[in-house]
Amino acid sequence: MLRRLLLILALLVFMPATAGAQTFPKLTGRVVDDAALLSPQQEQALTDKLAALEKQSGRQLVVATIPDLQGYDISDYGYQLGRSWGIGSKDRNDGALLIVAPHERKVRIEAGYGLEGIMTDALSSRIIRNDITPHFKAGDMPGGIDAGVDAIAKLLTLPPEEAKALAAQAAAKARDASDNGGGFMVVFWLIVVAIIVIAMFSNRGRGRRYRGGAGPVILWGPGDSGWGSGGGSGWGGGGWGGGDGGGFSGGGGSFGGGGASGGW
Amino acid sequence: MTILRQFRLFLLPLLGAFALSACGINSVPAAEEVAKAKWADVQAQYQRRANLVGNLVATVKAAGKQEQDTLVKVTEARAKATSVQVNAEDLSDPAKVQQFQQAQAQLSQGLGRLLASVEAYPDLKTNQNFLDLQSQLEGTENRIAVAIRDYNEAVRAYNTRIRTFPDAIGAKIIHGAKPMTPFQATTPGAEEAPKVDFGN
Repeated sequence: MLRRLLLILALLVFMPATAGAQTFPKLTGRVVDDAALLSPQQEQALTDKLAALEKQSGRQLVVATIPDLQGYDISDYGYQLGRSWGIGSKDRNDGALLIVAPHERKVRIEAGYGLEGIMTDALSSRIIRNDITPHFKAGDMPGGIDAGVDAIAKLLTLPPEEAKALAAQAAAKARDASDNGGGFMVVFWLIVVAIIVIAMFSNRGRGRRYRGGAGPVILWGPGDSGWGSGGGSGWGGGGWGGGDGGGFSGGGGSFGGGGASGGW
Repeated sequence: MTILRQFRLFLLPLLGAFALSACGINSVPAAEEVAKAKWADVQAQYQRRANLVGNLVATVKAAGKQEQDTLVKVTEARAKATSVQVNAEDLSDPAKVQQFQQAQAQLSQGLGRLLASVEAYPDLKTNQNFLDLQSQLEGTENRIAVAIRDYNEAVRAYNTRIRTFPDAIGAKIIHGAKPMTPFQATTPGAEEAPKVDFGN
């Protein structure tokens, strides 16, 4: 009886996680070659290209080859994959994906919200029509992916002066964020401590019991809200910082279905 | 006695604030605003589609004159679709939302017919301009689908919030919140992009 109950409980706990959940490949790098279309050298060369693009423009482009779309339309799959990986920076939503599904013979360029003006549907569609699918039709998958990445990178690369301004702005912003965050926290905690001390002293005459009540007061306000917003989130997320090392991660960018699909 | 007084002095306001914030005084309007913003997205994407229709009609007109009837129908459906708008305040009125759905579904049907009829024109199918338009239309239909799904998700979150404890208390007493209407395709497949295969 008890066992059965436990089983049901376990089912209830795990059901939401498994039922209807779309599974996505893990974001292992800038090139996620789950369908094994690329050789290690090609993968490395593409990764370098994509890293250079992010360094120059701050925009993340990720190549994903998907062995199985799980019955989803590639456009449906694509934006959810982009959201789940969080490609692109959170503020600018400027991530892009090149998705290749060899078994379904479908290819898609997914543009983040912030790129919809630069990498328009029409331009994405042209890249697919003119640069990618001719290679794919000839059976040259790596060549098509490479040509696609080049064409997309050309769109996403910033003019030199803009890139410089962006880099300077990012550096200034990072400085500001750390300054502000630190200063704010110090002032905040000083005020909190001051209030508590004042309260304790002013109450001294009436009874010592107050100390018992002081605990929750300290924990309440700052514990929940102060740390979270002030300390943690400033700018992190990894949009820029973790670019060079092996650990690549998305910056929390979002997607709204921009881009284009094609087949071959 | 002293304990009681101190309790009143210090903890009661705290507890009160806690209780108020826990029963949805903030979270209900926040969820409502999210849903309204998502609705604005839905309308913006439909507007985007309506804007494309003009170009599409002009391109088809230039290529083939036999499609007068379809073109007129699409133009009419477009005019009708753009005239029906739903204010964020009216989202709790299912009738208004449904009216919007129907108008847009009509335009979807008209566009589907137009794109299907274009099949008969080989020169149009290789026309770079037309291919671009077609990809834009496709992308817009895709965006509409995404926007609708996001809106429905936000509505679901909002409706759940105002009907479950403890937020239901604040929602009912303070905000008088009404459930919003999710967006559904009126006929099966009406929100699907018209599929046109150009053999590429």
